[in-house]
Amino acid sequence: MSNGKSHLSHSPMRLAKERLVEAILFLAAFASVAITVAIVGILLYESLGFFRHVSIVEFLTDTQWTPLFDDAHYGILPLAAGTLVTTGVALAVAIPLGTIIAIYLSEFAPHKMREIIKPFLELLGAVPTVVYGYFALIFVTPLLQKIMPDLSGFNMLSAGLVMGIMIIPYVSSVSEDAMRAVPMHMREGSYAMGATRFQTSVRVVTPAAFSGIAAAYILGISRAVGETMVVAIAAGMQPNLTWDPTQPAATITAYIVQVSLGDLPHGSIGYQTIFAAGLTLMLITLIFNIGGYLLTKRFREVY
Amino acid sequence: MTAEDLKEIRALISRHKLWDYLFATLGLLAMLAGILVLLALFINLFMEGAPRLTTDFFTSFTSRRPERAGILAAWAGTTLVMFVTASVAVPLGVAAAVYLEEYASKNAITALIEINVTNLAGVPSIVYGLLGLSLFVYKMDLGQSILTAGLTLALLILPVVIVATREAIRAIPGSIREAAYALGATKWQMVSDHVLPYSSAGILTGVIIGLSRAIGETAPLIVVGALTFIAFLPQSPISPEFPYVSFAWLKEPFTVMPIQMFNWTSRPEEAFQVNAAAAGVVLLIMTLTMNAVAIYLRYRIRKNIKW
Repeated sequence: MSNGKSHLSHSPMRLAKERLVEAILFLAAFASVAITVAIVGILLYESLGFFRHVSIVEFLTDTQWTPLFDDAHYGILPLAAGTLVTTGVALAVAIPLGTIIAIYLSEFAPHKMREIIKPFLELLGAVPTVVYGYFALIFVTPLLQKIMPDLSGFNMLSAGLVMGIMIIPYVSSVSEDAMRAVPMHMREGSYAMGATRFQTSVRVVTPAAFSGIAAAYILGISRAVGETMVVAIAAGMQPNLTWDPTQPAATITAYIVQVSLGDLPHGSIGYQTIFAAGLTLMLITLIFNIGGYLLTKRFREVY
Repeated sequence: MTAEDLKEIRALISRHKLWDYLFATLGLLAMLAGILVLLALFINLFMEGAPRLTTDFFTSFTSRRPERAGILAAWAGTTLVMFVTASVAVPLGVAAAVYLEEYASKNAITALIEINVTNLAGVPSIVYGLLGLSLFVYKMDLGQSILTAGLTLALLILPVVIVATREAIRAIPGSIREAAYALGATKWQMVSDHVLPYSSAGILTGVIIGLSRAIGETAPLIVVGALTFIAFLPQSPISPEFPYVSFAWLKEPFTVMPIQMFNWTSRPEEAFQVNAAAAGVVLLIMTLTMNAVAIYLRYRIRKNIKW
């Protein structure tokens, strides 16, 4: 400060640097918006090419999906059915188990136990999905075949079961957070009336945390709908319009993988089908999310 | 109250308490089921894959003969792709989180960004693959390369990094910021000299979790065109001539660990399944180690830092 001027004074350079940094940080944050726009834009743009060849009515009502055959049919129903069946099986596992675990960890388990168990449960969600796929095909399917001898080698049941185990931590940890956010005085009120732990959990805490629990279920559904490798490996890649989980069938995601494994020329109808399939996948996820949003809004409790 | 009544109430209470025990048992069983599946998966994979886990397995390329096939190209590819992913996702994600936590004013644009971050976390991973295929492979003409794969996975884990960084930044008390301002620091000096260093362990946790997810991702990379049979290594990033680093590898075709495993899993020959299991073991050890480190870091942070 020999020249008598503090370097801490408002110099224009200092201000300019601050502005520049802020602008850069803003751009980084705005990238998330750009990515969303890019995803929606690309899915719509590439699907548009597809829907110039195929009418939406055919896409939604045709019961066959054979876009790469000479006798091409473009009905999304078989793929959508595969997605819904595997998702259904997965939820039948993940929702009961996940909810029970969440109630147990939030209301019953001692603190120490929760600290130890939670990381282990989170590991269930950390195992790569391709490993789960291998496990479903090589371990679970032969196991199921011992109980059901005529189960085919590829089937939606084993894929769905394994997927269900995989999404337990998503359901349980979000539900548990919601339950733990229920204020203590509500539990105390319940205990004061002579209720047991179980009664308090089921009749006071669970209803109070319902909107958070519903959000956890929606998260689980989104994961199951978008899951790819488990179904691609264990449920087979043949489109098959059936609601029977013991059958093999391709899901929307498995179809995208199957096409991508081959070599499709850019811009061909086959190339466009995977974007139409991707768009359908996004729409299914979106429908569940909007439904979940309405549900949570309807049941939200404010303390 | 008569003794009769008291007895009746006690009987009622113990009847209701029975449900407590029943449910507690059910809860334990449910967790046990999850953990047993995890154990079954580990044991099954190790038993199947153990015989193939020799040094040759790590130093050979894949081959048509299962007993000679290895994962050299796969783990080299995974390393390079993760390098690209981390160098894009970490700066971008941390910068976005810093903006949202420290700079953003409460307005419509901030709300829009926040909604988008939440939504991106819920987009199925295969859709990122479609984005990568159309945008990076064709529109930007990057080809089916390591760069494309790295960028695609970077977008995929961006929300994870943003959310974790925001949490870490939020844990720093306002008094630290006020102290920095009181000494005449500008906002950016406050952020770069105080907020970022103090939250670095939390940020690191998020980055590790994000990368462990990226390492196991298969579907988006199949969509952007990973190869399943590669018998050469990408060009070395270190070159003998000036400037000693080369980025030619960015444009090369690639395969990664999970793709290699998927390819072996889908072969009909039994012997390839053994290779798949061995690759699965390596993959599992990688992701589980990363998760263990993250869990440990989180535990340390919670235990040691008391503001």
